[in-house]
Amino acid sequence: MNDQAALDLQTPAAPADADGAFPIRVRGLYNAFGDYVVHEDVNLDVRQGEILGVVGGSGTGKSVLMRSIIGLQVPQAGSIEVLGQSITAARDDDDIAIRSRWGVLFQGGALFSTLTVAENIEVPLREFHPDIDARLLGEIAHFKVLLTGLSGDAAVKYPAELSGGMRKRAGLARALALDPELLFLDEPTAGLDPIGAAAFDRLIHDLQQTLGLTVFLITHDLDTLHAICDRVAVLADKRVIAVGTIPELLALDHPWIQDYFKGPRGRAAASVRHLD
Amino acid sequence: MSEAPQFTLVPGETGDTLVLTGTMVVATLGRLDQRLRAIATPIAAIDLAGVAAIDTVGAWICCRLSREKDAKIVNAGHVAQRLIDALQGVDDGHNEDPPSRRLPVWLRVPSQVGDTVVGLAGGAVGVLAFVGQMVIATGVLLRHPGRFRYRALVHQMELVGVNALGIIGLMSFLVGIVIAQQGAVELRQFGAEVYTVNLVGRLTLRELGILMTAIMVAGRSGSAFAAEIGTMKLTEEVDAMRTIGVAPMEALVLPRVLATVIMMPLLGIYSAIVGIIGGAFLAQLSLGIPFITFIARIRTVVPVYDVWVGLIKGPVFGLIVALAGCYQGMQVESNSEEVGKRTTAAVVMAIFTVIVLDAFFAVFFSEVDWG
Repeated sequence: MNDQAALDLQTPAAPADADGAFPIRVRGLYNAFGDYVVHEDVNLDVRQGEILGVVGGSGTGKSVLMRSIIGLQVPQAGSIEVLGQSITAARDDDDIAIRSRWGVLFQGGALFSTLTVAENIEVPLREFHPDIDARLLGEIAHFKVLLTGLSGDAAVKYPAELSGGMRKRAGLARALALDPELLFLDEPTAGLDPIGAAAFDRLIHDLQQTLGLTVFLITHDLDTLHAICDRVAVLADKRVIAVGTIPELLALDHPWIQDYFKGPRGRAAASVRHLD
Repeated sequence: MSEAPQFTLVPGETGDTLVLTGTMVVATLGRLDQRLRAIATPIAAIDLAGVAAIDTVGAWICCRLSREKDAKIVNAGHVAQRLIDALQGVDDGHNEDPPSRRLPVWLRVPSQVGDTVVGLAGGAVGVLAFVGQMVIATGVLLRHPGRFRYRALVHQMELVGVNALGIIGLMSFLVGIVIAQQGAVELRQFGAEVYTVNLVGRLTLRELGILMTAIMVAGRSGSAFAAEIGTMKLTEEVDAMRTIGVAPMEALVLPRVLATVIMMPLLGIYSAIVGIIGGAFLAQLSLGIPFITFIARIRTVVPVYDVWVGLIKGPVFGLIVALAGCYQGMQVESNSEEVGKRTTAAVVMAIFTVIVLDAFFAVFFSEVDWG
């Protein structure tokens, strides 16, 4: 029913990179597991310095899209460029030289369970910058913990000793360890209480403003979309059916988009103002 | 692509001004930080006018210096000022101590010995408690036999017993060949090669069949029990069972223990038989004793109590192997590393206990004239 190319609504958002390229550029992505086709023809551009929310029903391949972009899932066809480097042309992980320029927060935090929070944050630093001495490493880990809103004594705790919300913050601290330009977040507010989720939204927004990040954010949380996302990409029918601000998406008459944003939860979330 | 950060100290009337230049990002700051720490003189101001690019690590170093030296940050660019404000907003004045967590070696060794002894004592109490829980669970099941999980039992019997037939058979066959070969070499010196039959028959049925099987089952199934149950503990599956009203003892531990207790003597006898076949095979090839004659001689030279010895040891060894696996699995608390440690501990504990008990059995059976 919606056979034309994904319509990219032209909004006056931040411009593309200095060299005219988008930090993330996905073209003709095709992903399938056996006979089950997840993505047929996904095209997506993420602009410099924006928070892009990715929404879609369960099983529409939001996480698969993210895993494809960060090189964990090799697509059957299509091309993906991140920060000017082709991910799809890389033959193994070592070919992806830009890994120190992105940070990823997985859904459950994915902290290394045998290391303390501080040691978790030190892992990427040790990996990419072995010349930093232990004292500065400790300091970096400590202020990253503080930046993500945890208290200093959380740094010496093990992931098993933290609550779910604290684990997400610790995971975010690790994702930010290398001062990345790009941040990938997979359902950052899932499983948090509404107060904790709102605080986490604000944290992401503040960090994005302070650090000048480009954020690729997968979420089910309508409050997150309304509060912090500059644009929203909608995954449905095996492709990105629309990208734009929420008012622009509402102007479309796609049934899923209407259901999603105009359902009882969508209306409640819409009444909350955007963070500034 | 980026200019390495440098600093110079410019003297002023109120104190030195630290002038930073270059790219102050995490990739370039490794050396600079050590040199900045070495500055002993007071600093009145930190001048960031010449800084081309800065990230949080660069900003942090400025913040820390400004805090420690009570210096003012001047000429910070827009980005630098934003980062420094954010960091100063959260800084809690915590000072990172130089890392010296390790104890000196003369304290570390006794402390490890002490930890190990305390751990062993705690472990012994823990095993005892676990056996107690299992006995209680068995008692409950005996009163309500309908609750017993026959399907789990049969499934575990397949995993522990049937699936092990191949590897145990191969191992026993080869061990039988080795015993016959080595025995024949020695006995030939006395012209007593024919006693190779006694050697192979008695050794496999009485000792090696069951001992080798126990070691193999400990490696195959004991470790699997520990890893399975340990992972289930980590993923809260065990807790989920408890809340649904399924006792983990009944659902996880008892079927595994019972399956191993049942299968171990059967596997032991099977192993002994295959070992005898291996011995007979070699005897035919290199000693000239016909295969059938070898088997027939086994019946006359091996006393029947040798079979009983093997059959009595079997269930006991099975109990030990399964208990070690399940106990260690249930002890997993915190993380994935522990699953690995507990699995190793399960195998070591099982094999060690089996060998110690085997020695006791040897003494016991010779005392009761089953030698």
